[in-house]
Amino acid sequence: MPAASEPDPRFAIEVRDLAKHFGDVLAVDGISFEVARGTVTGLLGGNGAGKTTTIGMLMGLILPDGGRITILGHDMPAERAVLLERMNFESPYVDMPHRLTVRQNLEVFGRLYRVANLRDRIAGLVADFDLTAFVDRKAGQLSAGQKTRVALAKALLNSPEVLLLDEPTASLDPDTADWVRGRLETYRATTGATILLASHNMPEVERLCDDVVILRRGRIEDRGAPEDLLRRYGRDTLEEVFLDVARGTRAENAETARPNHEEAEA
Amino acid sequence: MNPTRTSTGFSLARVGAMVLRYWYLLSNSWPRAVELIYWPTVQMLTWGFVQLYVAQNSSFFANAAGLFVGGLLLWDVLLRSQQGFAFAFLEELWSRNLGNLLMSPLRPSELIVSLMAISMIRLAIGMLPVTVLAIPLFGFNIWGLGLPLAVFFANLVIAGWSIGLVIIGILLRQGMGAEALAWSLMFLIMPITCVYYPVTTLPWIVQPVAWALPTTYVFEGMRAILIDRTFRIDLMATAFAMNAMWFAVAVFAFYRLLAAARRAGSLLQQGE
Repeated sequence: MPAASEPDPRFAIEVRDLAKHFGDVLAVDGISFEVARGTVTGLLGGNGAGKTTTIGMLMGLILPDGGRITILGHDMPAERAVLLERMNFESPYVDMPHRLTVRQNLEVFGRLYRVANLRDRIAGLVADFDLTAFVDRKAGQLSAGQKTRVALAKALLNSPEVLLLDEPTASLDPDTADWVRGRLETYRATTGATILLASHNMPEVERLCDDVVILRRGRIEDRGAPEDLLRRYGRDTLEEVFLDVARGTRAENAETARPNHEEAEA
Repeated sequence: MNPTRTSTGFSLARVGAMVLRYWYLLSNSWPRAVELIYWPTVQMLTWGFVQLYVAQNSSFFANAAGLFVGGLLLWDVLLRSQQGFAFAFLEELWSRNLGNLLMSPLRPSELIVSLMAISMIRLAIGMLPVTVLAIPLFGFNIWGLGLPLAVFFANLVIAGWSIGLVIIGILLRQGMGAEALAWSLMFLIMPITCVYYPVTTLPWIVQPVAWALPTTYVFEGMRAILIDRTFRIDLMATAFAMNAMWFAVAVFAFYRLLAAARRAGSLLQQGE
């Protein structure tokens, strides 16, 4: 086993005692978790649970007050510049320049990520994400579903080894959302990439995630594989588990002893 | 597997990507390009006719042709270099694209250099037609200044970038609430830096403030050429020295404000 201070090669992301205050508000309260390479981990929690702050710290946008983040064996934020070439991010709350066409946007971001054979890469993504019909239309003229597909194409431009997704299917119709989930499954299966997914969509989490971290008031309230959480809470769906965690309730057939975080990690 | 070319240092390719992004914006939106020419032209026409009127009624101004138009054109170089720098950054806030950029491998130093390049492009589009138009309309050929023009230009552009850097640092820290600074801060400097009159016109208590601005030396230098037919090297050397100091201060302030924004989490809350 590697020493405690050494990055563990099994994990793409290691978070240790991560903490962040905003004034008097404790947004993230000393959380620790890992994301194994090649897996999809769901980051769940209600509004204000600390998901966005955690993702912001993982991307180096927010400086932690304490703790340590290691991604692909490198320290974040100290080695942020190198790491961001191997990562990418997608969120419906961040847009691409409205007045640039889809093709122009992909070209600009491809150059920012210094993608080799960019023309071929863009052609491949346009085909994979079915963007042909609107690739020369301005990004601001697209529907929500089309924007999400373009944003995902941008997020995969550099074939990231670590992909962070913040509610990637929010505001999408069920058909488009299902299509997006399918693309993410294919990407993970074909590249072995690691995905961290913040979502409020529990069926999506059950379908995509190998592991789930549930945050509440800046702390990890529970974690485990979706099927383990269902069994422990005695529930049929992750949505019911989420409500139990959020409200502090338990089903009658829930297991009495909830494992602590160390046991869950083991 | 990964098609990204990794690099640890400054990348001109990423600077080029940002310039291309802005070029696409301009070429896709002709009103933006027209606007770049519109305001300098309106200003030049207004001050050109004021100068004609004053020169007809004053032998001093008749002998110092181009004092107003020259001041205006150089002021516009300063104003447009600052606004070109800050507005290119504001485009990212307006389009909610800043998150994508800040979570890309783009380094802050590359962002700064790309904003400088974009500001030069905007300046060229806005100022070249106006300076040419001033020749037949008002008989003032700013290009006839030769080498001094290059020195004036360099000093004004660097000063504009310094102010632009501080403004985008404040925008990163405070968000769109500070947008008005990008439009208005230069107009606070305008009366103090003595664009159209000598420093001695100011109240004595304000004069040290004026001399603390590198741009004041440029406008004084311009008047020395137009009125006394003398190129004041001492003024330009002081302007360069002060510009170097103020630019270093602006870079320091920008990085401090960026770090403060990272600590405060304001980079994730960009918007109104």
